[in-house]
Amino acid sequence: MSTLTGESTRVASWRLLLRNPVTVVSAAVLGVVVVVAVVANWITPFGVNDVDVPNALRAPSGEHWFGTDELGRDVFSRVLVAMQASMRVAVVSVAFAVVVGVMVGVIAGYRGGWVDTVFMRVVDVMFAFPVLLLALAVVAILGPGTTTTILAIGIVYTPIFARVARASTLSVRVEPYVQMSRAMGTGSLYILGRHIVPNIAGPLIVQTSLSLAFAILSEAALSFLGLGIQPPQPSLGRMIFDSQGFVTMAWWMAVFPGATIFVIVLAFNLVGDGLRDVLDPKQRTMIEARSQR
Amino acid sequence: MTDQVLSVRGLRVRIGRRHIVRDVGFAVQREQTLGIVGESGSGKTMTALAATGLLDTPGAVVDGSSILAGETELVGASARLLRSVHGGRIGFVFQDPGTSLNPLLTLGRQITESLETHRKMTRRQANTRALELLEAVGLPDPESRLHAYPHQLSGGQRQRVMVAIALACDPELLIADEPTTSLDVTTQAQIVELVRDLQRDFGTAVVWISHDLGVIGQVADNVTVLRDGEIVEQAPILDVFDDPQHAYTQELLHARPIVGRSAPAPLGNDAPLLLRVDGLDVRFAVTTPVGRSTVHAVKRLSFELKRGMTLGLVGESGSGKSTVAGTLTGLVEPDAGTAQLDGVDVFDVRGAAGRALRRKIGLVFQDPFSSLNPRMRVQTAIEEPLRVHGLAKGRSGRETRVAELLELVGLPAAFASRYPHELSGGQRQRVSIARALAAEPELLILDEATASLDVSVQAHILDLLAQLQRELGLTYLFIGHDLAVIQQMSHEVLVMRDGEAVEYRPAAQLFADPEHEYTRALLAAVPPARPRAAVGAGEGS
Repeated sequence: MSTLTGESTRVASWRLLLRNPVTVVSAAVLGVVVVVAVVANWITPFGVNDVDVPNALRAPSGEHWFGTDELGRDVFSRVLVAMQASMRVAVVSVAFAVVVGVMVGVIAGYRGGWVDTVFMRVVDVMFAFPVLLLALAVVAILGPGTTTTILAIGIVYTPIFARVARASTLSVRVEPYVQMSRAMGTGSLYILGRHIVPNIAGPLIVQTSLSLAFAILSEAALSFLGLGIQPPQPSLGRMIFDSQGFVTMAWWMAVFPGATIFVIVLAFNLVGDGLRDVLDPKQRTMIEARSQR
Repeated sequence: MTDQVLSVRGLRVRIGRRHIVRDVGFAVQREQTLGIVGESGSGKTMTALAATGLLDTPGAVVDGSSILAGETELVGASARLLRSVHGGRIGFVFQDPGTSLNPLLTLGRQITESLETHRKMTRRQANTRALELLEAVGLPDPESRLHAYPHQLSGGQRQRVMVAIALACDPELLIADEPTTSLDVTTQAQIVELVRDLQRDFGTAVVWISHDLGVIGQVADNVTVLRDGEIVEQAPILDVFDDPQHAYTQELLHARPIVGRSAPAPLGNDAPLLLRVDGLDVRFAVTTPVGRSTVHAVKRLSFELKRGMTLGLVGESGSGKSTVAGTLTGLVEPDAGTAQLDGVDVFDVRGAAGRALRRKIGLVFQDPFSSLNPRMRVQTAIEEPLRVHGLAKGRSGRETRVAELLELVGLPAAFASRYPHELSGGQRQRVSIARALAAEPELLILDEATASLDVSVQAHILDLLAQLQRELGLTYLFIGHDLAVIQQMSHEVLVMRDGEAVEYRPAAQLFADPEHEYTRALLAAVPPARPRAAVGAGEGS
C-alpha cells in the first residue's frame, strides 16, 4: 500500500544502491579491476615472461612493487596480466552459464510438462556432482587450456541459473498480465522476451554477481591444480602453486596473487549483496525507511 | 455516558516527509460501532493501527493521543504494555482470512493461545472457552473444528474463526479492518450479522473500517469519513445518509451500487446472435496428498449473447464463472460442449483462424495491479495486441492508435509514456480496457473488472463501459458477484452456483421476481440503500 510512486523503479533502485557505502566502495573496486584488466598489457612495467635470474626473489621495492619470483620475473606485471586472464575466464564462462541456463530454465518453467521434467532432471544430475569434480571431468576429457576452463566453469554454473530462472518463471507465468497476453493470442517468444525475462531479471542479476566471484575462485583452483590456464601465460592460481617452494623466503610470491583473488571475490560478493537488497522488494521498503530516518 | 472505550485526539502519522494521517480524532463508546470510511490510500488502516499501537511500519512516526477506557495511553506506550492490551483488551479482525491464521496450528490452539497468555487459563479451561466461542460464531460442528487446520475451512469460516480469536478474551474494543471485503456477498451479510449479535451479547465497542458505505450503513452508529488522511465528515449514520454535508461524502453515497437504481438501455429485438455456448463442461484434475480427484467446475452450461447486449454472469467464488471466461479465451481447455462466435467454433481453432478469433474476444481482469506488466510502459502494453495482429502500420501508426485508445477510455495521451506504478487503480483499469479494445474485439469479457476498485472509482469505470457499449456497439460478458452492479449493466442475467446455471432470464424479470431461492439469497445479501438504523426506526426502505 505504501509504495513510493512518481519515479521509475529502475531509477529508484540505482539511488538506493548508491546509498549503501559498502556497495559503492565494492563497485568502485570492481570498476578499477575491470579497467586494469582491460589495459593490463599496456601498463605492465615489465614483460610477464622477462627472465632476470640475477634479480630473482627480490622483495617488493620501488622498482618491483610486488617483488620478483624465482626466475626474476616481475610479480606485479604478472599479477596484472593474470588478473586479466582470470576476469576473462570468469566473465565468458558466467555469460555462457547465464545464456544457456536462463534459456533452459525459462523454457522449462514456461512450458512445463515433460519438457520441464526432462530439463530439470538433467539439471539435478549436474547438481549432484561437486563443482570442482565436474570441472575436473570436463578438463580431463577435453584437455587443459583456457577454452576448456571457460567451458568447464560455464557448464558447472549453468544448472544454478537454470534453477533460478525456472523458479522465477513459475511465479511470473501465472501473473494475470501473462495470462492476458496468451488470451490476446500473443506468441510464446514475445511473452518470454517481453513479459517473463524482464520480470525475472532481478534474481538473475544477483546470481550473476555472486557466480562471478565463485568463477574467479574456480579458475584459480583449476589453474592451481595445473588444469586451467597453461604456462607460460600467467594465472593467479598457477602463481600461488609456483610460490609453494619459496613461501618461507619470498612471501610476496604467494601473498599478492592471493590478495588479488581475495579482493576481487569479496568485491563481487558485496556488490551481489547490495544488489539483492535493492532488487528484493521486501527488503527494499526497509532500506527506504531506514535511510529516511 | 462516559462509557468511552477508545478516545483518539490529534492523531498524526508520518513516514519520512509524507503525512499519512493528519490530526484525526474520534471516540467509540461501549456497544457502539464507529465506521471509518475512505478510499484506498485515505489512511484509514494507518489510523486504526496507530491508534491501537499496532503500527510497525519502519520509519513511521506517530503523534497525538489515544486513550483506552479513559486511562491507558496507547500512543508511545511500551511494548510490554501493548502486549498486554493486544488480544486481551483489543481484538483485531483483518481483511484477508487466508493469511491471518497460522497454517501450522489447529484452530483450537490459535484461540486458546491468547486465553492462556492474557487470562492465565489452564489448557482445559481454555479449550472449553474455545469451544464456546466457535459455537458463538456459528461454525458448524465446533467440536471437530477445534482440531482442524485453517486450510480445511472456507474463507467465510476462517473469518468467523478470526472473529472468535478476536473476541476470545472479551475485549473492550474490536478493530475490524475491511473484514468482509474479500468475502462473497452472502458471507459478508453473515459476518455483519455475527459481529452485531456478538456486540449485543458482549457489549464490545467496534471500529469497523471499510471503503463501502453500504456495509458501514449496516453496522455503524457513527461514521468518520477520511480522505487523504484527513477527516472530511464525522456524524451519526443517519445524518451521513440523509444529509451529507461534504461533497465528498455525497459522492461516496452516490457511487454506491444499489439494486433497482438503474438498468441499461433496452436492446432491439432484431439484434443478431454473436455467441452461442452449448453444453459447456469443464473438469479440473486436482492432486492432493490423499490422491487425485476431479473438480467439476462447469456443468453443461449453455447461453447466448446477441450483438450489443450484456450478459451478467453472477455467482460466488468457486461457482465456475471465471472458468467460463477462461474457456472462451483459450486459457482453459473445456472437456465438452461447443461455442460458436459468429459461426466460428471457439474451442477448436488453430493457427491463423485461431489468432483471428483471439482478436474478436477481448478480456479485462479483476486486479488492475497485476494485469499490467510492471516493467512495460502503457504505450508498449496497449501496443501488444496491435503488434500481434498487425493492426497499425509502423511506429507512428501505433502511437496514433494508442493515443486514440487512451482518449477513448478517458485518459490523456501523455499517459502512454508512464509505467503502471505511476497510475492509480482506476487509471490502470482504464489502460486494461484500452488494451482489450485495441484489437477491436466484438465480445469483451469483463471478469470482475470493477470488483477490486473503490466504489467511487467503480462508478466511473461502469459509466465508461456503458458509454463504450453505446458508441462501439460492443457485446459484454460481465462477470461479477455484486448483484447491484450486475443489474446496472446487464440485459440478461445468468446466476451460477457450483458450476450450474440456477437461473437464466432477462434482467428486468429476474430482479423483479427472482424464482430461485439462491437468487433471492444473493439479492437479500446486498446492502440496502438505507442504513439499518433507519429500518430499525420503523422507516421502510
